[in-house]
This record gives sequence, C-alpha cells and structure tokens, in this order.
Amino acid sequence: MRPAAWLAASSALVAALAMTPSRAPAVGVADDRADPLVAHVLNRLAFGPKPGDVDRVRRIGVDAYIDEQLHPERIALPADLSARLASLDVQRLPAGTLVDGYRAAQQANREAQRNQALTAEGKRIESAPLDAAVDARRDQYRRLNLQTTEARLVQAIDSPRQLQEVMTEFWFNHFNVFIGKDLDRALVSNYERDAIRPNALGHFRDLLGATAKHPAMLFYLDNWLSTGVDALVNRNAKQALGLNENYAREVMELHTLGVENEGKPGGYTQQDVTELARMLTGWTFDARATGRGGPLAGVESQDLFIFAPRRHDNGTKTWLGRTIPASGVQEGEYALDVLATHPATARHISDELAQYFVADTPPPALVARLAARFLATDGDIREVLRTLFASPEFRDPATMNAKFKTPYQYVVSAARASGIAIVNTQPLAGALAQLGMPLYGCQTPDGYKNTQDAWLNPDGMTRRINFATALANGRLGVDREPPPPMVAANAIPSANPSSALPVVTVAASAAVQPVALLDTLGPTISDRTRGVVLGSEPRLAAALVLGSPDFMHR
Amino acid sequence: MISRRRILQGLSFTAASAALGFVPVGRNAWAAAGDPALGPTRRKLVVVFLRGAVDGLSVVAPYGEKEYAAYRPTIGLAAPGQDGGLLDLDGHFGLHPALAPLLPYWQGNKLAFVHASGSPDPTRSHFDAQDYMESGTPGRKGTTDGWMNRLLGTLPGRAAPTRGLSIGAVLPRIYAGPVPVASMAAGQGATRPTALDQPQVASAFAKLYDGGDLTSRTFRESQDARRELLASLDGGPMDKEQAAANNGAPLPNGFPDDAARLARLMRNDPNVQLAFVALGGWDTHAGQGAARGQLANRLGPLGQGLDVLAQRLGPMLDDTVIVVLSEFGRTARENGNRGTDHGHGNAMWVLGGPVAGGKVHGRWPGIDESGLHEARDLAITTDFRDVIATIAERHLALPDDQLARLFPGRTPGETPRVLRA
Repeated sequence: MRPAAWLAASSALVAALAMTPSRAPAVGVADDRADPLVAHVLNRLAFGPKPGDVDRVRRIGVDAYIDEQLHPERIALPADLSARLASLDVQRLPAGTLVDGYRAAQQANREAQRNQALTAEGKRIESAPLDAAVDARRDQYRRLNLQTTEARLVQAIDSPRQLQEVMTEFWFNHFNVFIGKDLDRALVSNYERDAIRPNALGHFRDLLGATAKHPAMLFYLDNWLSTGVDALVNRNAKQALGLNENYAREVMELHTLGVENEGKPGGYTQQDVTELARMLTGWTFDARATGRGGPLAGVESQDLFIFAPRRHDNGTKTWLGRTIPASGVQEGEYALDVLATHPATARHISDELAQYFVADTPPPALVARLAARFLATDGDIREVLRTLFASPEFRDPATMNAKFKTPYQYVVSAARASGIAIVNTQPLAGALAQLGMPLYGCQTPDGYKNTQDAWLNPDGMTRRINFATALANGRLGVDREPPPPMVAANAIPSANPSSALPVVTVAASAAVQPVALLDTLGPTISDRTRGVVLGSEPRLAAALVLGSPDFMHR
Repeated sequence: MISRRRILQGLSFTAASAALGFVPVGRNAWAAAGDPALGPTRRKLVVVFLRGAVDGLSVVAPYGEKEYAAYRPTIGLAAPGQDGGLLDLDGHFGLHPALAPLLPYWQGNKLAFVHASGSPDPTRSHFDAQDYMESGTPGRKGTTDGWMNRLLGTLPGRAAPTRGLSIGAVLPRIYAGPVPVASMAAGQGATRPTALDQPQVASAFAKLYDGGDLTSRTFRESQDARRELLASLDGGPMDKEQAAANNGAPLPNGFPDDAARLARLMRNDPNVQLAFVALGGWDTHAGQGAARGQLANRLGPLGQGLDVLAQRLGPMLDDTVIVVLSEFGRTARENGNRGTDHGHGNAMWVLGGPVAGGKVHGRWPGIDESGLHEARDLAITTDFRDVIATIAERHLALPDDQLARLFPGRTPGETPRVLRA
C-alpha cells in the first residue's frame, strides 16, 4: 500500500478506536484470598481505604461495615477532627454572622472606592484607606475560601463517618450552590453544615426543605428576589419587582422530578414552572446586614429564612394538575411535599444513586427497585441505600473497580491512602482546581458529574499522575503549615484566575512508603500492577501505585 | 519540525501500524501523506474570552453620539485629540487609548469590530451568560458540549492531539466534548518540567498503561500531546528571528507572555488549529476609570498581548483570525459608584489577515433612549453566533452540512461581512 494510503488508514483506525466506547476492565480485583467485596465497599461507601481499613473491614465483615456506615450518628468523631472544625469560623459561626461580616467588608470596600473616586479630579488623597479596604476584602475572600475548602477536605479525608461524607458530596452536587456567586462565598460551608450533612442519610423531604430554605440556595437561584406581579409590594411601585423562575425550574428539573420528565405525561411543563414560582414568591431570607454586630449576627441559618407576605402572589395557582388556593407560606411547603413523594422523584433520585454507586449506565431493574423502596419508606435515604448495598447489582464482580474516579474521589482517596497527616489542605484544593473540579466551583446548578465521560481525558490523566507523583514523593507540602501568602496589589490579569495559587516549594518530607501503601490498598491493586511497580525503580514505586489505572478507578 | 516528525513516527503510529501490519515506507512517509501546514488546517482561529463582561462602550466608544459624554461624566473618554483622548477610528467611534498597540492593525485593515453584538438571551448573570456563549446555545442549559469542541469534531482535515489547544489550568466549557483537547498551563507553568516529562518516569508509567482499554489509550494520547507541545515550544528556526526582534527583553507576566508562547507554539506545530485563552478582571462595577484606571490597566496587557501574538505569528497571520468576545456588555450610563453594571450588547473584536478590517461592522442601534435595550444597555443587532459561523464557514471551510450543528437551534440572522472576499 502506498505510504499515503497507509497513513490515512492508520489514522482512520486510530480515530475509530478512539470513538468506540469501551467498558473499562475491572483491573483492581486480584488478591483471591480475600473477599473482593471488602475492597469494593471501601471504594464505594468510603473514599477508599486508609491504612488499616482493609484489615478492619475483613475482621468485622462487610455487612457489619455497611450497617455501621449507614448509622453515622453511632460513630464517634475523633477529638482532633472536631477541634479542627471548631477552629474554622465558617464551621463555628452562625450563618447570620457570616453574612454580616461579608457584607460589612463589601460595604467598607465600596465606601473606600467612592471616597477615592470623589477626589479623582486634580488632587489625590492618600490611597491608604482604599488599599486597606481592598486588602481587607481580598483577605476575607481568601480566608473564606481557605476555611471552606479545609472544612470539607478534612472531613472527607479523616472522618470515620465515610458514607456520610460520600453522601454529603453526592447531595451537595445534587443541590449544587456555586461559591463564586457573591454572598454564597460566605454561605456554602454553612449550607453544607446545616442543610446537607445532617440530612444526608435522613428523609429526602427534610433535605429538600432544608436546601429550599437555606439562604445559600435562596440567593444562588435568586428566589430571594422573586416577587408576585400583583404582590402588595408592587402596588404603586415605580419599579415593579418581578417573578423569578430560576429556583422553581431547577427544583423540579434537577432536584426532584428530573429534566427527563419535562413535557412528558406525568411530568411537568413550563407552565408548571411559572405556577410553582408564583407559589414560592415570598420565600426569602433576612438580608439586612448593616455592619459588624448588626441585626443578623448570631442568627442561625434556619432562622434567616423568612416568608415575606408582601412579596407573595396571592392568586390561585394551577400546578401539576392541582388547584392551589392562596395559603401563604403553606403553598411552598405543599409543593415540596408533593415533589418529595412524587414517583418521578423516586425514579430520578434512584437513578442518580445507582449511577453514583454502581455503574455509569445504571441497571434499570435496580433503579426500579430503589424507586419502589423510596416510595415505600417515604423517601428514607438510609433505607434506599441499604437496599442498594445489598443488591446483586452492587455486588456484581463486573462492577468492581470499574467506575472511573472523579477528581474529587481521586484526590481524597490518594490523601487517605498515603497515610500522611494532612495539615495543609490547600495543595489538595489546588489539585482539584487544576483537574477541573474546584471545590464548590460548579457554576451551574446541575453540579459535577460522576461519569467517565465527564472526567477521562488526556489532560486530566497527566495532571493526576503528576499530582500522584508529587504526593508520593512528599513534595506536595500537605504535611506542614503553608507559608504566609503574598498579596500582589495590582496583579496584571493572567490567563486563568486559578493560576494565582501560590506555588509552594517545600523541602521534601517523608515520602510515601510503597510497601505500606500496597498493604493499605490491598486487593484494589491488581497483581499485574504490583508486578510493574515492584519491578521498577524504588523511588517511583509509590507514585506508580497512586498513578496506576487501578487507583484511577473505584 | 524534524523532531516532531520523529516523535510522531515513533509513538502515535506504532500501535496502529502494528495492528495493521504495515510499515512506514521511508523517512518521508509523513511528508508523502500531506503536510498539515499546507492542508485545510493551515487556517487558524484563536478565541480570546474576556470573562466578567468588558465595557465594550469604552473599548470602542461612540464619542460621536451626544449621549456618550452625558451618560458617562467620569468614566467617559475624551474625544480624539484631547489629552487622554480616544484614538479615532472612523469619525464616530474611537479606540480606548490603552489599546494603542492595536491601532496599526486598524489602519492596516486587519482589525475590525462588530459592535452591538452578543448573545440574544437576556440573562445578566455572568455564569449563565458565559455558559450560553461557550455552549453556543443561548437559553438552553442542557447542552453538554462546547462549540469549539464541535468545531474540532467537524472541521475538515486530520485530527491531531494538539489540534485544539487551551491555555490555562482548567479545560473551559467552550471545549467540553468528546474530542480531546491539549492544554498548556498559563505563565511560566507552561514549560515547567513535570514528573512525567522525565523519561524514566514516563516509561515506567507507560508500562502500566500499555493496554487497549480506554484509560490506557487516553494516557498515551496525553503523552503525545505533551511531547508535541514541548517540542514545539523548545525551538525551531522561528525562534532565532523572534529573539532578534525582541532584543532579549522579557515580556511582562500575564497575557503578553502567554501570547508569545502561543505564537511560538503555533508556528512550530502546524497541527494547532484552534486556540483558546480566557482573561478575567473586567467586572468594573465601581471605580472603572477612563483613560487611566482599573479598566485601562487591564486593557493595556490585552492590547499588548494581541500585538505580540499578531507580530510573532508572522506570515501565519495571513491565515489566522483572532476573535475577542465577552459574555455581555455593560450599562450605557455609569452608576453611582463611577462604574458600570451588567448590560447586554458588546463589541466583538476580529483581528487577522483574512479580516475586512478598518471598519466597525454591524448595524449600530445608537445609545439614545429609543436605541437602548430596556432603556439601559447597548442593544444587540448581531448575534455572536452569526459572526463565528461566518468565520467557521468562510475561513475554516466548515462544510454546509456541519454548519447547522455548530450552533444547534440557531436561526441565521444579519451577518456582517467581517472577512475579506
């Protein structure tokens, strides 16, 4: 064949190979003396094993472990973890105080800008007040970011209540809020603390209600502004406040019924979105924040929610085939009741759970059984999960180590497996940003995906391996306090804001020991990979394990 | 060039040829197949996204409208000829003085603007609007891929690991999709050696990833792309002439530095056809400034970087179109904080050899009360998708049957002729 044709043919073959969907082989199961379920439950109910986990689960048995994890309230938190969380303002302070402080810093900054602008003509006063206000605000943003990511990462890595942490991440993505939207920067950690984590294994209706009423969600999806066209507040108003459909749409499309039901019989329509928005007018939060120690200081998130009758649309609504007479705040409660118990919701949630815990393409029979369980138990998440973990689909060897880890699952599992005492979580947060999954950084309400399609790409592979190598060689700097950051006052815009993360160059601390690492990970690392690892240079061994295809999957 | 051929022959085609049982014939197998520098992929597109809604009315200011000065008592730019004044473009519009490096391109008919352009969706939310502009489906949130990935999948010519290039740590929404995209870190990080660049490390990992499964193939693709990028950045005959032009002075950090690197990469690796970079810091709600100040401080490096890119592309500029866009514009009137709030219409910048430059394209709606959108913003008379579609069709030679897939749901509208015939 002529060279040109050969080249064309081989390119076509390469292209065809790339386009053929391929099921990832189950590369992890190897140690046939041990029950493969041990590794499987640690990979799925937890963020992978920490040193000693495999032995412990083998000892108490898989079913006992599952039952233990389904009851986080019975698992004590280590004292040092609790202390660490208590030291973080974003975990310690009530939502109202966080909002208050955040708005105060913004206000001071605006005033300083105004003062500076006022003297722009001719003479220039000292710019110190402006610089100080800008620095203070930037400082506050940074502190909020650092603490917010630290709170999440230390719990994900160190909490013995692993399933609760896994479900916290699952539900946060499901009820996503974006840290970059103004006030949400101050609120996401509290949202997780108050609305998500306590309800992660509880009843779905409680979770739905808590997220609907938390100021973080009210702000993110704009419901706090939503006002009925004929509402009292609009009588004689020069500038009418309008209806905002954002939350009403997403609560049906993403949180409950599912977008697949839009326009379908038994589903919802655009008209239903508008009607639900009308029912939810007045669902807002107390947004007064007049400075340090202002009226919001000390107010917990649940008490920040207010129903504002003057914004409420008092007409009759027709929603999902039901006629709803004017009944104030109860209209929204009724809507959440209906949504939480709707068969479409049961199917939608079950589908997501099956995808997260079993396979990218969830087995339909399992989804149906989970949905039935959901409805039968009035949305009891714990019971649905119990059914899931007992199912033959979950325990099918073909699914073991077959799911490609998301960046979050990868970074957290690497940190756990390494056995390093994590003092500084910033390099881990930085790695997540580099891998395209910045914590709380999903801008759109649908949250991060957990499928291979979303995350397996050439760039991601390189970055993961480089991260794994740095972690394995003790060069990531996670085991010591970070140096104080430098703040550049007039940084020239760089191509990507996340590249502003300080580069921490630290002396190498103790590297991860490969033998200990292989022991920790047990049967999750195949014999084949072990062979390659142990046959290569010793200094590369730990990196090879953490960067192996086995470890990329769960 | 030689090193790249050797690398590609050594790696990318080994697996395929082994599978087929063919052997490359002679050293010139690559050249015989058709040098990408001569095929349809020689036409390049660079997209620069300004995140945060840059004030287009300050970039290309309609100083000829009497409302302009009245709307913007402190942030309005002085008329051409005055101290700190605009650089006159056509007697009606003026260019922000901080963009002075771009004026020669305007005068040389290589720079054009499409004013009053943007996305028809009324959202004034940054992240929604960016999402729509990157997915290319304004108003629809369910779209999973971005239009630059769709382009990569439908443009004529050979796929290559570096055909689509993104500068920055995180792969942007505009590139989301099934076609793999190469990325290069911004700043000095781009060429900072990583663990995988060390041959012993690379070969150790290659042993782990030598299978036919998707994960292994993806790993090998990443290695190919990285090696191509490094080889292209490390030098070629172009670098000598550039070093001479630069007099050895380093560029300021940020965009000018990245632009220089991008130009070098594009010239050394003809496979690179689409490139993307995003710049932030444009959300000037307070203290925007005029000829000097916050906005000017950001426009400076942007203009300088575009100049560096254009210059260092050299003759390749004849085949390159650079588009600068932003998710929406800003209010026509300044607000109570000497800044501007989120608006609607903006200006798209179009720079390159094939551009019908020296003109402000599009139907100008005016900024008097009747011309404004919702009585506050510059209106939109040209959909950004129509501009991109024109470039895709007439510059990148996207076939007609693929054009409809580039922006699903679009009904083509008034399209200014931004490219020369």
